Amino acid sequence: MSTRSFGARVERNVDPKLLRGEGAFIDDIPLANVLHTAFLRSPHARARIKSIDVRAAKQHPGVVAVYTCDDIGVLDMAMPLLIPHPCMKNPQTQRPLARDEVHYVGQTIAMVVAVDRYTAEDGAGLIEVEYEPLPVEMDMEKALAPGAPLVHEKAPGNLAAHFVQVCGKPDDAFARAEHIVKIRVQVDRSTAAPMECRAIAARWDAVSGELTVWDGTQAPISVRGGLASIFALDEDKVRVIAPDVGGGFGQKVLFFYPDELLVPMAAMQLGRPVKYIEDRRENFLGSSQERTQIHEIELAALKTGEVIGLRDSFLHDTGAYIPYGIAVAQVASTSIAGPYRIPNIWVEFKAVYTPTVQVTPYRGCGRPQACFAVERAMDQLAEELGLDRFEIRKRNFIGVDQFPYEREGLLFADGLKVTLDSGQYAKALGMAADALGASSFAADQAAARAEGKYLGLGLACYVEGTGLGPYEGGHVRIHPITGKVYVNTGLSTQGQGHDTVFAQIVSDQLGVKPEDVIVVEGDTKAFDWGVATFASRAAVVSGNAIHKTAITVRKKTITAAANMLEVAEDEVELRDGAAWVIGSNRFVPLAAVATASNPLRYAFNEAAQAATQFAPASKHDGPPLGEGTAPGLEATDYYSPPASTWAYGVHAAIVEVDPGTCAVKIRKYICIHDCGNMINPMIVEGQVMGGIAQGIGGALYERLDYQPDGNLANASFMDFLMPYATEIPDVKILHLETPSPLNPLGVKGVGEAGCIAVGAVVASGVEDALKQLGPMKFRHVPLTPTMISDALESVGH
Amino acid sequence: MKPSLFGYRAPKTLDEAITMLASDADAAVLAGGQSLLPAMNFRLANPSLLIDIQHVEGLRGISVEKDRIVVRAMVRHREFELDPAVRAANPLIHEVMQHVAHVPIRNRGTVVGSLCHADPSAEMPLLLTLLGGSVIAQGPQGRREIGAEEFFTSFLSTARRQDEIIVEARFPTPRAGAGAAFDEVTRRHGDYALAAVGCVLTLDAQDKAATIQLAASGIADKPLRLKGAEALLKGSALATGDLDAAVKASLPLVTQSDEANASVSFRRRALGALIRRMVVKAAERARSGSPQ
Repeated sequence: MSTRSFGARVERNVDPKLLRGEGAFIDDIPLANVLHTAFLRSPHARARIKSIDVRAAKQHPGVVAVYTCDDIGVLDMAMPLLIPHPCMKNPQTQRPLARDEVHYVGQTIAMVVAVDRYTAEDGAGLIEVEYEPLPVEMDMEKALAPGAPLVHEKAPGNLAAHFVQVCGKPDDAFARAEHIVKIRVQVDRSTAAPMECRAIAARWDAVSGELTVWDGTQAPISVRGGLASIFALDEDKVRVIAPDVGGGFGQKVLFFYPDELLVPMAAMQLGRPVKYIEDRRENFLGSSQERTQIHEIELAALKTGEVIGLRDSFLHDTGAYIPYGIAVAQVASTSIAGPYRIPNIWVEFKAVYTPTVQVTPYRGCGRPQACFAVERAMDQLAEELGLDRFEIRKRNFIGVDQFPYEREGLLFADGLKVTLDSGQYAKALGMAADALGASSFAADQAAARAEGKYLGLGLACYVEGTGLGPYEGGHVRIHPITGKVYVNTGLSTQGQGHDTVFAQIVSDQLGVKPEDVIVVEGDTKAFDWGVATFASRAAVVSGNAIHKTAITVRKKTITAAANMLEVAEDEVELRDGAAWVIGSNRFVPLAAVATASNPLRYAFNEAAQAATQFAPASKHDGPPLGEGTAPGLEATDYYSPPASTWAYGVHAAIVEVDPGTCAVKIRKYICIHDCGNMINPMIVEGQVMGGIAQGIGGALYERLDYQPDGNLANASFMDFLMPYATEIPDVKILHLETPSPLNPLGVKGVGEAGCIAVGAVVASGVEDALKQLGPMKFRHVPLTPTMISDALESVGH
Repeated sequence: MKPSLFGYRAPKTLDEAITMLASDADAAVLAGGQSLLPAMNFRLANPSLLIDIQHVEGLRGISVEKDRIVVRAMVRHREFELDPAVRAANPLIHEVMQHVAHVPIRNRGTVVGSLCHADPSAEMPLLLTLLGGSVIAQGPQGRREIGAEEFFTSFLSTARRQDEIIVEARFPTPRAGAGAAFDEVTRRHGDYALAAVGCVLTLDAQDKAATIQLAASGIADKPLRLKGAEALLKGSALATGDLDAAVKASLPLVTQSDEANASVSFRRRALGALIRRMVVKAAERARSGSPQ
């Protein structure tokens, strides 16, 4: 074998293209005669639409078409409810264009198609809508109260879902507890803010009857299925391509956004390609968001610090619609006990309609909120019991010999019982303490204090259920001319480096260089079956599917090569792009093996000519293609995980708080991370680092500022404080590799890991820094200077 | 986020530019475009005509004169920041410029454009106010000089008349032996300040403040000289008690209302901390004989 590629820091195959500016994002795809779209969006959070007058817009030079709900035929419908759940009450989904009423600021009311985007915006500005504004309630707790203004008349009490899950006997645990802590925590709403906003382009070919859609989606196969169904086309006549996509973070996995239906419709009706390139303001107003939850969490403990019970009741803001079901709240509720044994759990949530854009999963998907709740509660328990924060966690961790650890009664988002599969939690905590210098921190803190500086230690642990099913597939083929390997899978990439890690997996099986493995994903013509990229699942689910498939191709290759080389199969090894007789200098290139594996081979080139010398002289006693065999060196296979696999980590930091300016500086940040076997540590670190940066955004900066009337006050990058590079500290990332026993590669997902613990770490650190000035509690993120100022004022500082 | 239809002219002379500006009440002057163009993309500003002054003769360059630095209308922030003669004459300028947005924005944005935009949290208006500088406005009626405190009238508003172009800004150079300091509180590096304070002072032989200029921005609808604090500190030893009094006198000047990123009480806290720190730092620099 060549040097093993799995586990190596292989540079990303995709980078040269992207770094040279040769990526092809949707707006880069040349489409002759293309038309552009703009939407008229609601300026009101709740209003009745009395009338819409599009006459002036239609007459505007350059405007080609204007659509309202009356003009869109079958699309004048409520869009699909993707994941129903019995606990949901009156599930509501958006209509592509509003009919009669609007439910949030930014909701699409009309679509203008024009020769360019400028003209389309001019046209949208000429549409006159008469609204009857209705009252709104933005506060979730007040929205649940009787008499509160309703987001939907059909949804009394603004209650979208109510769900309780129980593990063990929580009431008994609380009855025998020696100490109980109860705190209330809040995480505010943020947005994924991908570098490339959403985008879609569509072309209808009336000759072939084919609809081609370029969609910056995380779920091309699902989008194809939906479009085919809604427009009554054969799936084979709909091709959905997710080309280079500049980040998704969950925001691009909702189907459908209005434009994803209306743009293909317009392309078919107008007979010209049509595109919609969402701008940043529209991304803030009209694309999914996530995070707001208010938790009331209680821990029942013994004096030793052992937590024997947990109760958590939380409100989850689902926005005006609930197309993705209860996924976010369900993930939060099933992650609430973190890495701790806590055998008795009662967790309840109410999902609440608010007159805002819908909430669907954003990187982390409920986990940051759950982590924030339980970790802040653990800190409080440690303080009340006089225990060290590291120590109390150690006492509660699931031990290495306790896996698989089941939480009977808690069903994860995949509908399966929460079962943590493997981990070395205590070891990770010890590594974090060492890397941070926790043992000397008290002295460092005192020394800093003497210089007028306030240092604090922040700590949080998290778990992450990853790699959700149901399945993905892989197709692997060795190309007969070049000997390069082509790999397809059904999900799509938004820049994570899938093409490199999938190539590494295949490289090891087939003995080729990773750069000679060409991965094509995100094109429904390349692979027919699959789910999507979300829930930190690509490496786990597609990775194992591709691994299984590559093993099959490896076997086929060895069989064919052994036949060509006239040796036994166990005498053949694959390396350096060829099949070798072990211990000799005899080999055939993979291209020749692939060529020879096709009984029909015209000698188009030298490789084919070379292959003909291996004509199966031995096989004249049957048809050229034996019964049950297939031409070529290729295979397709699937992987369906038995359950989610649980990654985890420990984050710790030293922060400095300036009581004068209320600035928080992260002086040191340590991340101990375990996602099982790492396919490519460099890509893992990139994922973790990106997640931590997003987590710092959520911890200190990013908050969507909805006004009492439902308007979003900071719908721009000037006002929405996404951290710059200047706000992100150096982070030390250390790895543990505890293989997952659930899949052949022993891998766990990593996509969301980085962001989960950051809010809890920062709040923990700030609280620790300022405790020297009085008892102040920080249980709300993002943690702003104003919160610190208010807290200092409350203790008379 | 595409602008509505607008006209565009690129005059070569100041007279041409002023004539164009005077002939269209909805025309706007385009210099670096770092505030105007985003506002147009949001359709918050919809000028009928953009008069691009980058080709106008005589609007480029910085002159370091005996007791002032003259910055003409097309001088980019980055030029002001990096000019060695500017840095030698008044090192505070280089220090302040580090806080102005980010390098790509400083490469395009102009000093005078920022003054004309008059964001009450921006650094350039504060600097002009702190140093007691002025601008030169030229219009159909000729040229006039407008002092900083008269120029900034309110939030995004100045005393410039619609038909005038600000052709230069004049930043007085602090007297020999002065120490100066500037800092600001922002949520992120490069953002507009939630509170910013600049201080220039000289010390007498008894180590007391012989002269002191103190200004703040981010706290009101325009940058402010902290005159009460200046009066209290002048002639004082700048002891803790003196600083306490100066801070106390300045806090009522915070009139920005509560907003998402900063409550009034937080702004007051930050203003107080900055006043103390900047006065102490400026005094240390004056004492050490190195202005920075």
